[in-house]
Amino acid sequence: MESHFLLSQTDGRPMYLQIIEQIKNKIAVGDWQQGFKLPSIREFAVTLKVSVITVKRAYQELENQGVIVTQQGKGSFVSSGENMSLKIREQEIDVHLVEALKKANALGISVDELLDRLGSLASKHLQNVDRSE
Amino acid sequence: MSNLAIELNNVCQSYSHFNLSGINLELEAGSILGLIGPNGAGKSTTIRILMGLLVPQGGNVQVLGHDMLKEAALAKWKIGFASEDMRLYKNMSLQWHIDYMKSLFPGWDDSYVKTLIKRFDLIPEQKIKGLSHGQRVKANLLLVLARRPKLLVLDEPTTGLDPVARQETLRELMDVMMDEDRSILFSSHNTQDIEQLSDKITFIDRGRVVNSKDKETFLEEWRRVRIEIDSEKDLNSINHLVDVKRSGRVAVVTTNKFNESFIQLLKGFGASISSVESLSLEEIFVAEVFSSRGGE
Repeated sequence: MESHFLLSQTDGRPMYLQIIEQIKNKIAVGDWQQGFKLPSIREFAVTLKVSVITVKRAYQELENQGVIVTQQGKGSFVSSGENMSLKIREQEIDVHLVEALKKANALGISVDELLDRLGSLASKHLQNVDRSE
Repeated sequence: MSNLAIELNNVCQSYSHFNLSGINLELEAGSILGLIGPNGAGKSTTIRILMGLLVPQGGNVQVLGHDMLKEAALAKWKIGFASEDMRLYKNMSLQWHIDYMKSLFPGWDDSYVKTLIKRFDLIPEQKIKGLSHGQRVKANLLLVLARRPKLLVLDEPTTGLDPVARQETLRELMDVMMDEDRSILFSSHNTQDIEQLSDKITFIDRGRVVNSKDKETFLEEWRRVRIEIDSEKDLNSINHLVDVKRSGRVAVVTTNKFNESFIQLLKGFGASISSVESLSLEEIFVAEVFSSRGGE
């Protein structure tokens, strides 16, 4: 199997989280559509040069999140849920937004203030994008 | 036959300055076990025992369904063993060694030899004495892998290898795992290699098993939590705290039983959580060794 994945050695996160993120990314960008058959756990582990248990862990987590379904003896497939790609993109951005909320809370910044900050950052960011075009 | 490729039960061995005491070790078929320990911890002695090269004074040793105290010869046909101590004939070529091994082992795989020669960038006609350390390690590994053994036992397979040779070696080890009933036990003090490849990890120190779990559990249970807390507050009553470092209102606590209730517990002490960090296997290993030594 040709590898579509590259795990980072310097990324501080556990390897199974990197695998989850990269699988979700393949689905989010539409490379792996609903019903797509994922590589077997063993095959994937060999390709990535990581242990079988690490890939198993990633698949279990993806199954819990409803991203993939595993059929005994047949393998794992991308879930046929509606708009899986959109759902994953939303989940992905939510992770960062929740982090921002936690950080704001720790710094004593209210949700309204945070929304204002986001608004003003968005307009600044858009200006930058305009200029660079 | 059980689906354990290796089972060591309460293995003991005494020397005048070193004891192996009550070693238990299990390796499930189809998986990789990493044996980690400081120099002189007993890794090589343990490996010699499970290979049947050394008969222990006490305990049971089962390898691939064979009792190693009675049927070591039968098991050895199915085990591929490589260690730094193994010497090839220096005046002979790699090809000579390949032909020799082929004459001994019926399952010898010639096409795999060709693949490995290419992947390892070896020259079969070259005499062993002309090989670099890395080439010798790879030649040894080739001679073991081409037998397609059910169990690979590798003592420090990546020690002294350059980064390219190390990656080549790790790749070959993982390729072995494509086959569901083949297993690998490898020892190392390079925790990074073990963290990457192993399904299960056993830490040993001073002749004892310090801890043994599946790798993901190890990584999951250890966390370093940075908190802000009243400097007067006493944290000693919290369970499973392995380490606490404090300076003013900032504290860094390390736990080996992390879960959501640990965070709640810290909050109950009036702490606010700044960050929760995973530990590398190396950090976990060092902490495990120190805490086991401290408990003596």
